[in-house]
Amino acid sequence: MHIVLRLAWRNLWRQPRRTWLTTGAMVFCNILLVFMMSMQFGMYGMMIDNTLQIFTGHLQVQAPGYKDEQKMRQVVPNILPLANTIRAELQSKAVAARGRTFVLASSEERSYGVMVYGVEPEFEQNVSNIPGLVRDGRYLRDHDAAEIVIGSILARNLRVDIGDEMTLLGGGADGSFAAAVVDVVGIFTSGVTAIDRNIAEIPLGLFQETFSMRGAGHQIVVVGEDLDEVPLLQMRVQSVLPAGSELQVLDWDTLQPGLRQVIQADMSSSFFMYFVLVVLVSFSVLNTQLMSVLERTREFGIVMALGLKPGKLGGLIMLETALMGMMGVVLGAFAGALFTSWFTTNGLAIPGMEEMAAQFNLPAKMYPRVNLLTLLAGPGIVFVFTMLAAIYPALRLRWQNPVEAMRVA
Amino acid sequence: MRLFGVLFRLAWRNLWRNHRRTTIMLCAIAVGVWAMIFMTALTRGMVDQMIIEGIRTLPGHVQIHNPKFLDDPSISNPVSISAQQSFDDPEIVAWSSRVKVPAVISSERESRGITLLGIDPVAERHISFIKYDEVDGRFLVDSDDKGIVIGAKLANILETEIGKRVVIMSQDPDNDIADRGFRVVGLYTASTGAVEEAYAFVGRATVQKMLRIGNQTTEVVFVGDDYRDVEALYEVILDAVDDSVSVQRWYETNTYLGSMLNVMDGFVVVWIIVIFLALSFGLVNTLMMAVFERVREIGLMLALGMKPGSILGQILIESMLLLLIGLVAGNMLAWATVMSLQGGIDVSVVAEGLEMFGAASVLYPKLNVDDMILASKVVLVLGFLASLSPAWRASRYKPVEALAKVG
Repeated sequence: MHIVLRLAWRNLWRQPRRTWLTTGAMVFCNILLVFMMSMQFGMYGMMIDNTLQIFTGHLQVQAPGYKDEQKMRQVVPNILPLANTIRAELQSKAVAARGRTFVLASSEERSYGVMVYGVEPEFEQNVSNIPGLVRDGRYLRDHDAAEIVIGSILARNLRVDIGDEMTLLGGGADGSFAAAVVDVVGIFTSGVTAIDRNIAEIPLGLFQETFSMRGAGHQIVVVGEDLDEVPLLQMRVQSVLPAGSELQVLDWDTLQPGLRQVIQADMSSSFFMYFVLVVLVSFSVLNTQLMSVLERTREFGIVMALGLKPGKLGGLIMLETALMGMMGVVLGAFAGALFTSWFTTNGLAIPGMEEMAAQFNLPAKMYPRVNLLTLLAGPGIVFVFTMLAAIYPALRLRWQNPVEAMRVA
Repeated sequence: MRLFGVLFRLAWRNLWRNHRRTTIMLCAIAVGVWAMIFMTALTRGMVDQMIIEGIRTLPGHVQIHNPKFLDDPSISNPVSISAQQSFDDPEIVAWSSRVKVPAVISSERESRGITLLGIDPVAERHISFIKYDEVDGRFLVDSDDKGIVIGAKLANILETEIGKRVVIMSQDPDNDIADRGFRVVGLYTASTGAVEEAYAFVGRATVQKMLRIGNQTTEVVFVGDDYRDVEALYEVILDAVDDSVSVQRWYETNTYLGSMLNVMDGFVVVWIIVIFLALSFGLVNTLMMAVFERVREIGLMLALGMKPGSILGQILIESMLLLLIGLVAGNMLAWATVMSLQGGIDVSVVAEGLEMFGAASVLYPKLNVDDMILASKVVLVLGFLASLSPAWRASRYKPVEALAKVG
């Protein structure tokens, strides 16, 4: 074995420039793959976190049909006691009840349609980052106070400031006319235009009172430690729902189907690109190995005439390719990690990208996430394709007649 | 010129001496070029569709607003051009003035926030994303139409249908609530549900009466020939109006779409270069091999009096031939792929995800001649540069040393 390995290694360096060029192609491809995959995973993670943090949470308890239609009377009855039960079961404070409806919000000078959430002021901060984004004034405090927190663009459009009064007009759960007068106590800025323009939050008590909810709400939001925990949480929440109730426990994937699909769409287009890169590198390897076999035809003829089996020679070619492939993997993964880790600390900002990033709740600067998978998946695939590309040159030896081979000039 | 002919023939014959190697390299180039153009066609198709859709679902190519309207989209900031003024210029394909206000729509069951558009259906025919004939029920007939046309998804949420009444609430210039009942006369469908939920259409005169604004409107939109080139249209309109209004191009009103276009242009260039780099390793390698196995022969030619420049030229011609054949094959392959996909690629499995982009669920790849030229240029120019080193090396051999080399 030792001698074959040495033979293979030395053969590689008979044409150092060619070996380096082929290895270079692999290294180039590997660096790109490592970087792009790390970038993707960083982006996906951030996209999921940021989107879920705003409102969705990891799980929601809702009435059947509410997810698609969001009608006022599709309610979770007795929502506060149920939220308490879930908190007790999960031993977690990251559980909050909400009501949600559409109203016409009017200030002295302007009127706009607004999505208004009734929230539990003491728990909302554990499931959503909106309370933490209040820049002016303060977040809600009291469960029944006539107070409202609104987005910054909405505040500008309505021309209101902290302390100003607003009127909310809408319809109650029973179809009645509903109205409330509230004071603006806080203004939040999330940076996402749609949220800063359209969202307002009032205490759940006031919400239930105003919109004739009779103790009901529309959703109970649950946030777990991380995404892996979600299926388990879902089962536990399901187990404490009142017997015979039609309520549904929906996970984030069901609540935000677009999120996973954006990721899927992005992944499939990326995989197409990766595949093309890998195929191009494979062609390069195929060419190199075929050349190296053809130029050694005489030499191979001699050793075959001396009794070496073509299979052994084929093995030698595969071994040479494997050595070259290993160099590509090691150098590529190493250089890729170095290259990528610079961005994990400094972030990557693509000019002109901010607008697009904001559409997906992403910050302007993106940070790749390097892990074993992103580090080795790309180089691993390149290695496999390299070996596949060497099969044809290796097999060619089998069809070689030693005598004819030796005659080749 | 005769010299070139000789070199060309030499290069061509040399190319096919090792036909296997040449074929593999040609395959690599063709696949690379195919990927460059096909991928570009896919993204172009998607972005094109998004932008056309985006421009139709409101901005128009150029718009006029009250300067305050963009920050404060209220009826208190009307446009100071009366709906009667007309615009006439060959650059303008269609134009229309609208009343666009935020409003609340209520059925007996539900209320939702919408953008209410008071339009003149006759002028809007060639601007609107709605095909009037495909509307379920009927579209608005004229500016005085008393009906309302809403999206199919909105109708579903409101639990309303054609023939039923809905109430529209908005504010008049004095911030009093203005409301009015409308009969639903038509339901439209759009490429994304978000659009169907967002916009409702009523007659312009009807909504002007409801909002008590006389003849005023909030925006005037213009459509030209091509969204990619709106500068001429923009200039025409700048000249036609005074300083009291702000004139904007679509990419200024919708910055997301504007930046999308730039990002995609950037992506196309990066993608083409990355693919080329992956190819270049193989290209340089192939040329080097070709030179290396011909060292003696090159030495002989030099010894017989061929100029080093001719050797250089011969190798470069060989490389260019290789690239050209690969380019032709790759371009044709990409063209054939795109042609076979003219019916569109159904990507509805990820429709809700694409909706976040603002893209529809059928993708139509769009072959752009400019992109094909760009890809070909990049490959030829960079390919030429990459070939310089092996070609240079070949031309610098010392004849005697080269001849002495064992083949």
